[in-house]
Amino acid sequence: MKANTHFAFFDEGSKKEIRRATLKAVAIPGYQVPFASREMPIARGWGTGGLQLTLSLIGQTDVLKVIDQGSDESVNAVSIKKLVQDTTGVQLTECTEEADIIQSRHRIPECSLTKEQILVLQVPIPEPLRAIEEREYMTKRMHAEDDYSGAWLMLFEQIMKFGKTATTADHPVSVHDRYVMAPSPIPRFDNPKMDHSEALILLGAGREKKIYAVPPYTSVKSLAFEDYPFTVESFEGAHCHLCGAVDVFLDELIDHEKGATIYQCNDSAYCIEQLNKQEKVEVESTYA
Amino acid sequence: MHETPILRVENLCKQYGTGCQECQDKERNSVEKNYCKSCGTVFAVRDISLDLYRGEILGIVGESGSGKSTMMQCLYFDTDITSGAAYINRPGKENENVFELSSQQKRMIRNHDYGMVYQNPVHGLKMNFSSIGNIAEKLIAAGNRNVSDMEATGKRLLTNVHIPLHRMKEEPEKFSGGMQQRVQIAKALSNNPPILFLDEVTTGLDLSVQANVLDLIKKIQRELQISMIVVSHDLAVIRMLADRTIVMLNGEIIEEGLTDQVLEDPQHAYTQQLVYSLL
Ligand SMILES: Nc1ncnc2c1ncn2[C@@H]1O[C@H](COP(=O)(O)OP(=O)(O)OP(=O)(O)O)[C@@H](O)[C@H]1O
Ligand SMILES: [Mg+2]
Ligand SMILES: [Zn+2]
Repeated sequence: MKANTHFAFFDEGSKKEIRRATLKAVAIPGYQVPFASREMPIARGWGTGGLQLTLSLIGQTDVLKVIDQGSDESVNAVSIKKLVQDTTGVQLTECTEEADIIQSRHRIPECSLTKEQILVLQVPIPEPLRAIEEREYMTKRMHAEDDYSGAWLMLFEQIMKFGKTATTADHPVSVHDRYVMAPSPIPRFDNPKMDHSEALILLGAGREKKIYAVPPYTSVKSLAFEDYPFTVESFEGAHCHLCGAVDVFLDELIDHEKGATIYQCNDSAYCIEQLNKQEKVEVESTYA
Repeated sequence: MHETPILRVENLCKQYGTGCQECQDKERNSVEKNYCKSCGTVFAVRDISLDLYRGEILGIVGESGSGKSTMMQCLYFDTDITSGAAYINRPGKENENVFELSSQQKRMIRNHDYGMVYQNPVHGLKMNFSSIGNIAEKLIAAGNRNVSDMEATGKRLLTNVHIPLHRMKEEPEKFSGGMQQRVQIAKALSNNPPILFLDEVTTGLDLSVQANVLDLIKKIQRELQISMIVVSHDLAVIRMLADRTIVMLNGEIIEEGLTDQVLEDPQHAYTQQLVYSLL
């Protein structure tokens, strides 16, 4: 087999095609743009949509961060990083602030992103109306006609059955007051981070062959009824047992020695940064 | 002085197939019943014009295949028409042929001005969503974003159609045919539409349930002054419900008038046969 010699894996033609779809996605916030999703050396359903976006965007001087559910070290994140680095030689980082491109699965980092950064989210199911309508030509028509009764009906049913909207992740959002969009399976906690985000947010679904986007400073509203306002997961009274952070998305763990529930930052890079800062303050104060 | 009809239909035609020279030429007589022997085109609805007035029930009767359901589907925008016009007497829409509106505008009319009850509840309900959710769907489509408000409306309607409220969160697929029809009626009524289409709502239901649903329809007309087009091939249903009746055959209107008049003193040979065979 001939070794792949292209920068960033793809030939220029393929990259152009993906960029073209990306530009269209940016021009029509929240609209799902079809693209010719390529075969990748990792299996579809493992972030190939996000990976193709990253490969089409990345330049030699860019710094890349890849996270999987808040972790930089998961097998999936590591294999994506390896593929990008092997074909580009770009610098990798775990520090959110240092990254130019952040590819992520199921989380948006805790520290707010800047206009210099691009967030690439991996998407399994890009169609927010799929659960109520299986046929693609029908969902396309619903988007075209701004007919989102189905998305609202899903939330209404949840309220009837559970007394509240029961979306644990991927709670639908309205982008720029026009297209209803699946924000990818991020927790509700992360939805507000999309609203007027300074960073460009790109979403890629490899298996479903769709790219969509939230351009910087775009309104993103989580769907909610007047009398059932949108709420995020609450971690009231809890804090990270390592760094002490409170206003972050926490994982629940069991402390096996004490048999008690403890909490820990889901965004591990954020947690480490907090610990480093604290250490620095401690060191400084000892010298003072 | 003449009252303006709430719905006026003019020269409505719906054909399946493109037609050919044979069937376009009336002289040549290639059309048998509603079907062109030469090209296979079906002329399901042919040049139907009718008026529906406020608060009245207009009955449509005709044999199987005469085009009743097709006409209802055309009026409710479920299928594209071949030609014709319809006007609804609603503020701001009086002079617009509703068939020429954009699909978004048509959806507005469906959600605000029309209600539909299909012969087969599968077409009118999401069978695996709760019954209250099915009613809310229509309210949501009309722009309602308040859960308590929709829940209250849904409960009131379900009570009206005698669905016990402890079953409102159940899916219609768990209900009997009669109950499904009643949920459909509740849904169709949720936005207080001035115009309601009912296509064979009692077909396939057993007699006691039929009587129940018919009573309900009568009550709705009396209390809400909703105009209805009621399709049935059952003359007894038409006799009980309709103020005026239209008889259809092969896609055409062959006779119309006050229901009593049509049923007591039919003019067209086909209607005579229909009425007398029933006696
Ligand atoms: N999709 C279609 N393609 C071709 N022909 C059709 C289609 N739908 C209906 N037809 C034909 O149109 C004619 C009218 O059918 P329609 O269902 O409107 O009759 P109907 O009066 O409602 O009959 P029924 O009493 O059996 O419900 C029939 O000849 C039918 O075969
Ligand atoms: Mg029929
Ligand atoms: Zn013909």
